[in-house]
Amino acid sequence: MSRLAKVNEFVLRFANVNGTGSASANGLVARALFRMGLPVGPKNIFPSNIQGLPTWFEIRVSEAGYTGRRGTVDLMVAMNGQTFAEDVRSVEPGGYLLYDSSKPLAPELRRSDINFLDVPLTELVTREFANPRQRLLFKNIVYVGVLSALLNIEPEVVEQMIGEQFQGKEKLIPPNIKAFQLGHAAATERFACPLPMHAERRDAIGDRILMDGNSAAGLGCVYAGATVAAWYPITPSTSLVDAFSAYCEEFRVNPDGSKRYAILQAEDELAAIGMVVGAAWNGARSFTATSGPGVSLMTEFLGLAYYAEIPVVLFDIQRCGPSTGMPTRTQQPDLLSSAYASHGDTKHVLLFPASPKECFELSVQAFDLAERLQTPVLVMSDLDLGMNDWLSEPLTWEDSYVPDRGKVLTTQQLDDGVQFYRYLDVDGDAIPYRTLPGTHPDKGAFFTRGSGHDRLGAYTEDGAKYQDNVDRLRRKFDTAATLVPDAIVERQPGSSSGVLYFGTSAEVMPEALDALSAQGMELDALRLRAFPFTQQVHDFIAGHDTVFVVEQNRDGQLRALLLIEGNLNPAKLVPVLNYDGMPVTADFLVRSIGAHLEPVRALAMGASA
Amino acid sequence: MSYLPKPKIHHPQLPKNALGLTRRDYEGSLSTLCAGCGHDSVSAALIQACFELDLPPHRVGKLSGIGCSSKTPTYFLGPAHGFNSVHGRMPSIASGASAANRELVYIGVSGDGDTASIGIGQFIHAIRRGVNMLYMVENNGTYGLTKGQFSATTDPGSKNKAGKANAYPSIDLVQLALQMGAGFVARSFSGDKEQLVPLLKAAIAYPGFAFIDVISPCVTFNNHEASTKSYSHIRRHERPLVAADFVPLAQEITTAYAPGERVAVTLHDGSTLHLRKLAPDYDPYDRAGAMNYLQRQQTDGAIPTGLLYLDAEPMEMHDMLGTDTTALNRLPMQNLCPGAAALDAINAALR
Ligand SMILES: Cc1ncc(C[n+]2csc(CCOP(=O)(O)OP(=O)(O)O)c2C)c(N)n1
Ligand code: SF4
Repeated sequence: MSRLAKVNEFVLRFANVNGTGSASANGLVARALFRMGLPVGPKNIFPSNIQGLPTWFEIRVSEAGYTGRRGTVDLMVAMNGQTFAEDVRSVEPGGYLLYDSSKPLAPELRRSDINFLDVPLTELVTREFANPRQRLLFKNIVYVGVLSALLNIEPEVVEQMIGEQFQGKEKLIPPNIKAFQLGHAAATERFACPLPMHAERRDAIGDRILMDGNSAAGLGCVYAGATVAAWYPITPSTSLVDAFSAYCEEFRVNPDGSKRYAILQAEDELAAIGMVVGAAWNGARSFTATSGPGVSLMTEFLGLAYYAEIPVVLFDIQRCGPSTGMPTRTQQPDLLSSAYASHGDTKHVLLFPASPKECFELSVQAFDLAERLQTPVLVMSDLDLGMNDWLSEPLTWEDSYVPDRGKVLTTQQLDDGVQFYRYLDVDGDAIPYRTLPGTHPDKGAFFTRGSGHDRLGAYTEDGAKYQDNVDRLRRKFDTAATLVPDAIVERQPGSSSGVLYFGTSAEVMPEALDALSAQGMELDALRLRAFPFTQQVHDFIAGHDTVFVVEQNRDGQLRALLLIEGNLNPAKLVPVLNYDGMPVTADFLVRSIGAHLEPVRALAMGASA
Repeated sequence: MSYLPKPKIHHPQLPKNALGLTRRDYEGSLSTLCAGCGHDSVSAALIQACFELDLPPHRVGKLSGIGCSSKTPTYFLGPAHGFNSVHGRMPSIASGASAANRELVYIGVSGDGDTASIGIGQFIHAIRRGVNMLYMVENNGTYGLTKGQFSATTDPGSKNKAGKANAYPSIDLVQLALQMGAGFVARSFSGDKEQLVPLLKAAIAYPGFAFIDVISPCVTFNNHEASTKSYSHIRRHERPLVAADFVPLAQEITTAYAPGERVAVTLHDGSTLHLRKLAPDYDPYDRAGAMNYLQRQQTDGAIPTGLLYLDAEPMEMHDMLGTDTTALNRLPMQNLCPGAAALDAINAALR
């Protein structure tokens, strides 16, 4: 029988039952490979359930650096009886399936074109451990040991990590090591180890880190000097606030125990955004984190914040809608509802991070932009980036950083006779000045409200004055386009087609572009990082005959946004849409874009022949 | 109160408070509410209270939701920053504002529609959170701004202007506030300035969540004989329980007290609250007793007013959160940002 033989290029998949403690064992495997200097892309594929339902974990190992989801499986660790048949089917021909052979396998589950690796895991743990909970947990560590032998994952690395993991609970280290070694020995006894498909230590990581986007964004909020967080729990955004909380506990507690931050768990999203608006009105950097259903509830306040010009930072960790939808699956479905969130004429600044480093940096930038522009800024991450570990450039920080607090008049400036009119465009950038409550006894007070106001901040229902005000807000959005992070463009000489993408599609884009290039299809690429669209985005579209717009939603929301804002020929923008709740794969992109380009390419080849 | 604009010229003889400010320095813009609207009397009482408390007006945040009542912050304390937010959501704005800057005084004004219907969730959670503020409902038992619909505080059977009777039971905000644990709970009447001003002063000085339900008749939609929130109805049914007078720190008692049982409560900043029982069987320190009493009075159709409950040692939001005593919005960046060296260590732990 054929056996896949690959070094440092393969996909492992773990099928488990939710709640059996497999997550930490699977994470151990991913991080051990990473510590051997290999690029890895770990992905949790989990149900919206605490216990009992099937859950999967996938690790793409790629010395070439392609860490995105590949969609096929080379080695399956099949630990869930419920999904066993499906798991057997998903393995590539020549691939491997590790399973618990303590009970005999039904013959109909066998496949002759893959390699079954049978290890009696239950028997091994039952023999070694008495306590039933321990048996359940250590079965996971035993299969980590088996994989270590099969895949040549260095035992010293795993053992060291077990030590780190149980720091402070040292009693747990020896039994874990024992379980690991049990598995390692069992595999060595049974099989010729390692398999032809295995890992070898390399130096392909450099100084990169493995981190999830939500932790990076939460840390970014700490570094940005955010002091008030208000939120309401929702997957997949909760871990962002958890990270903010943990880092604040580490860095922002005074010796007397008092805290240099406030985290308010609101009663709902309406209150969460209200608290952020109240805190920002008072001059504290404040933020909320939510997902699509939460954004829906926040829209009334977002409209007020836009119109009353209050800085707000909102993290939307997108998932599949509606309401519960598929809450633990990823998508990019909130672009339109976020860009124009609320009633009346509204437009919001959106930022699109594509790596943990960018989650960190764009969260800092979000506060600077929100305060500079006095408007809401929404950071559009998603479940894939937020909750999975990603290989990322290390986070960097300049200690010379000075937050951009925007145009806030101080007591001194007011005393020096600066004239303050809340909604007057003094500098020609359509951004007015503001004062913070409590600043000055008789200069600078103003009334924040959603009702019509004139340039001086006075209440009015005069149509012309209202129009004057909303026209300035539109011009402010033009200013925003000059301040938001620019796109990242990569050009191939002479290419007339381009691909435009954003956020998590970035993980598979290099692989897709390389594969297309190998087929003779060279594409320019633009990774969008913000809305409003910068000049570079408009130029990129103008400079190509065809632009593939890659996004993870059904209706091509980014494409729609480009058409609304850009006055373009719709035929020029070809939608490439992935929306099954799983991260997009390079293979999907190659097929979709290739299908469109291949006839063109063939035609061109024919003409030149 | 619609009145002609008055020039802001200070007569040298006008009485001044400790800050050298006159009552006029606490006024706001001209009211655009209907002439005779109870809300304007409440604004006037607030102006008086803040003046007498020697509050620097610019250190006050005045917050509201939406409704006629929520418009009133424009009509008092012109030099304060105001926030007329969205319908029913003033409490979250107040919570966030207080989290960011605990050093300001917060006065929230809401209506019965704003608080008892759309905003009831935020109302009870602000109480639970102990936001340090005066939360006042100008309760007219109707939706004024949207022209006379029944509100959730309209009493059952109470009729609207067109003579239609309300079918539903009403929500008693005072009982709700007691139940939710508010530390200072009072009810008053816009037409009773004698009672309202001292209550407002005490509530503003109170170091926790202070709630006042002010019955404030809507002359346009709900001030007829069949309404239970009309001037005449309240005057007939009001039953004052406790008279309160608030004396800030180091000031002499100037109000003349009629004989009766009297207690002095010292608040955390040293200021004193004087209470005089009007109903001999009433104990304003007994939360359960207060609830019981209010419920019995409600069945009799009486409207008990005054300070209904007081917790002399409240916990406010910042006590519960354990926040720094300095306002968070004033903390310098070096106290907030861990810096590059800490980030290098974080990176190292992620390899
Ligand atoms: C989301 C939303 N829903 C409805 C309204 C319409 N609205 C404006 S004021 C109001 C009721 C105000 O009643 P109340 O709070 O009792 O204040 P009053 O005008 O009686 O003082 C309503 C329903 C609104 N502004 N916003
Ligand atoms: S409608 Fe009623 S509540 Fe509104 S201003 Fe007129 S009297 Fe006051």
